[in-house]
Amino acid sequence: MTTLAKQFVNEWFCGLGRGALLCRDIFSSLCKVKPVWHDILDEMYFIGVKSQSVVAITGAFTGMVLCAQTYFQFHKVKMDTATLAVVSVGMGSELGPVLTSLMVAGRVGAAIAAELGTMRVTEQIDALRTLAAHPIDYLIVPRFLATMLVMPLLTALSVCVGILAAYIVGVFLLGINSTGLWYNMLRHTNMIDISCGLIKTFIFGAIIAVVACYKGLNCAEGAEGVGRATTEAVVYSSIAILISNFFLTMLLNALLPTL
Amino acid sequence: MIEVRDLKKSFGPVPVLQGVTFTVQKGEAVVIIGASGGGKSILLKHLIGLITPDQGEVCIDGRSMAGLNERQLLQIRRKFGMLFQGAALFDSLNVEQNIGFILDREQNHPPGEIAQRVAEVLELVGLAGIGKKWPAELSGGMRKRVGLARAIIYHPEILLYDEPTTGLDPIAADAIDQLIARVGDTFKITSIAVTHDMRSARRIGRRILMLHQGRIYADEPPDDMFKSSDPVIHRFVNGIYEPGEQFSL
Ligand SMILES: Nc1ncnc2c1ncn2[C@@H]1O[C@H](COP(=O)(O)OP(=O)(O)O)[C@@H](O)[C@H]1O
Ligand SMILES: [Mg+2]
Repeated sequence: MTTLAKQFVNEWFCGLGRGALLCRDIFSSLCKVKPVWHDILDEMYFIGVKSQSVVAITGAFTGMVLCAQTYFQFHKVKMDTATLAVVSVGMGSELGPVLTSLMVAGRVGAAIAAELGTMRVTEQIDALRTLAAHPIDYLIVPRFLATMLVMPLLTALSVCVGILAAYIVGVFLLGINSTGLWYNMLRHTNMIDISCGLIKTFIFGAIIAVVACYKGLNCAEGAEGVGRATTEAVVYSSIAILISNFFLTMLLNALLPTL
Repeated sequence: MIEVRDLKKSFGPVPVLQGVTFTVQKGEAVVIIGASGGGKSILLKHLIGLITPDQGEVCIDGRSMAGLNERQLLQIRRKFGMLFQGAALFDSLNVEQNIGFILDREQNHPPGEIAQRVAEVLELVGLAGIGKKWPAELSGGMRKRVGLARAIIYHPEILLYDEPTTGLDPIAADAIDQLIARVGDTFKITSIAVTHDMRSARRIGRRILMLHQGRIYADEPPDDMFKSSDPVIHRFVNGIYEPGEQFSL
């Protein structure tokens, strides 16, 4: 039992160390090698454009349910028109970034880990290295940059769709005064809510890419190894997103109080 | 010239290479034989710096690869071409893009040149006109040919083959062997092939090294190898299993 625990802790630290080395390699590649925009755009198309529907549906239904729940509570104290303000602040600062990141982690993180894992077990990564292409430059950096750039856009989409869907539910289903809804939303939503949410998504994007790439590159042999790498990429990046979200929120609120 | 000195490598507690030493001269055609799981692929990957040894070193033309980082190794690997066991074609690129990959990345070739050189090597490996196919559409033998085309398009000085004929029918295997011999003659290449197929070893090697229990057990021309009276060599060459003999799969 104790040896098992020791082994677990040991492997955990080894994993952290190798993850840090991967980050260092990405950083040094970013400094030394000019990124190929064509590759980045390809990845952005796959990661961004193809995730739109998932992200929009997530945003819409989250906004709708948040609107309904808030209305049920606020209606008791006659604050109906403040409903949309809660939705926009909640979506903009927390739910939009986190739920979008989780959906992207599930869709994109899994795809990246499975693709890189398959490339590793079929020796395609070794083939790259013999053909004078650094796997970090050719495979990792485009995915890393694309995920980071695409996350804020997807989040913005999800937040907009969420607010729109909430507005529709509030006005047409729950019969709230539309002018009051809109006015209160604009009055109570601050720049910091939105900017804080969008800044966080850059970091969530980086987390997704690094975890998925790490798991793919260090995948164990065989189809089983690829399967495990894929699952772990999704689980670990989701957990890392949820945990870092708390600390990032605290940090950003301390750093950006005046906005 | 390739010099391998006292190469050792283990994975966890399992020793795979336990002190491999040999030299390959420029222009030689060498075959390394050995049991499956005996560490042949691992040895080949050490030669090209894909794996760093636990101990010992590999020198290419007198220059040691020890202590070089990946970016420096990329430069040295330009001298090598490697045909992987499963061909390792890039799934996301078609045959043409696979073969032209390295030239395409160098970004200093005029537009028509890459297409022309791809067509040339495809012709050489006997697959003219399949440039637009995807790796998934090819048979095992075709994949190996495309892998070979990808390795020779940039005229490397040294070619490494990892089990070039394994998994092919005898005729396809012979075709690949002839192709390897032709490529060696055409480009005056140093070649090192790894295999456990004795027929193939005899056809493509001028010198055979036997890897046994993590060391080079024998180093002889093919004919001597086949006539050898050493029990280990004799059994391997003729494929004789003795009950009770220890072997790893
Ligand atoms: N990445 C690795 N991790 C652990 N063990 C490995 C790894 N690669 C190879 N091995 C082990 O090393 C031994 C030699 O493998 P290999 O060189 O592929 O044999 P072969 O002679 O058939 O090509 C095998 O027993 C294999 O299990
Ligand atoms: Mg092998």
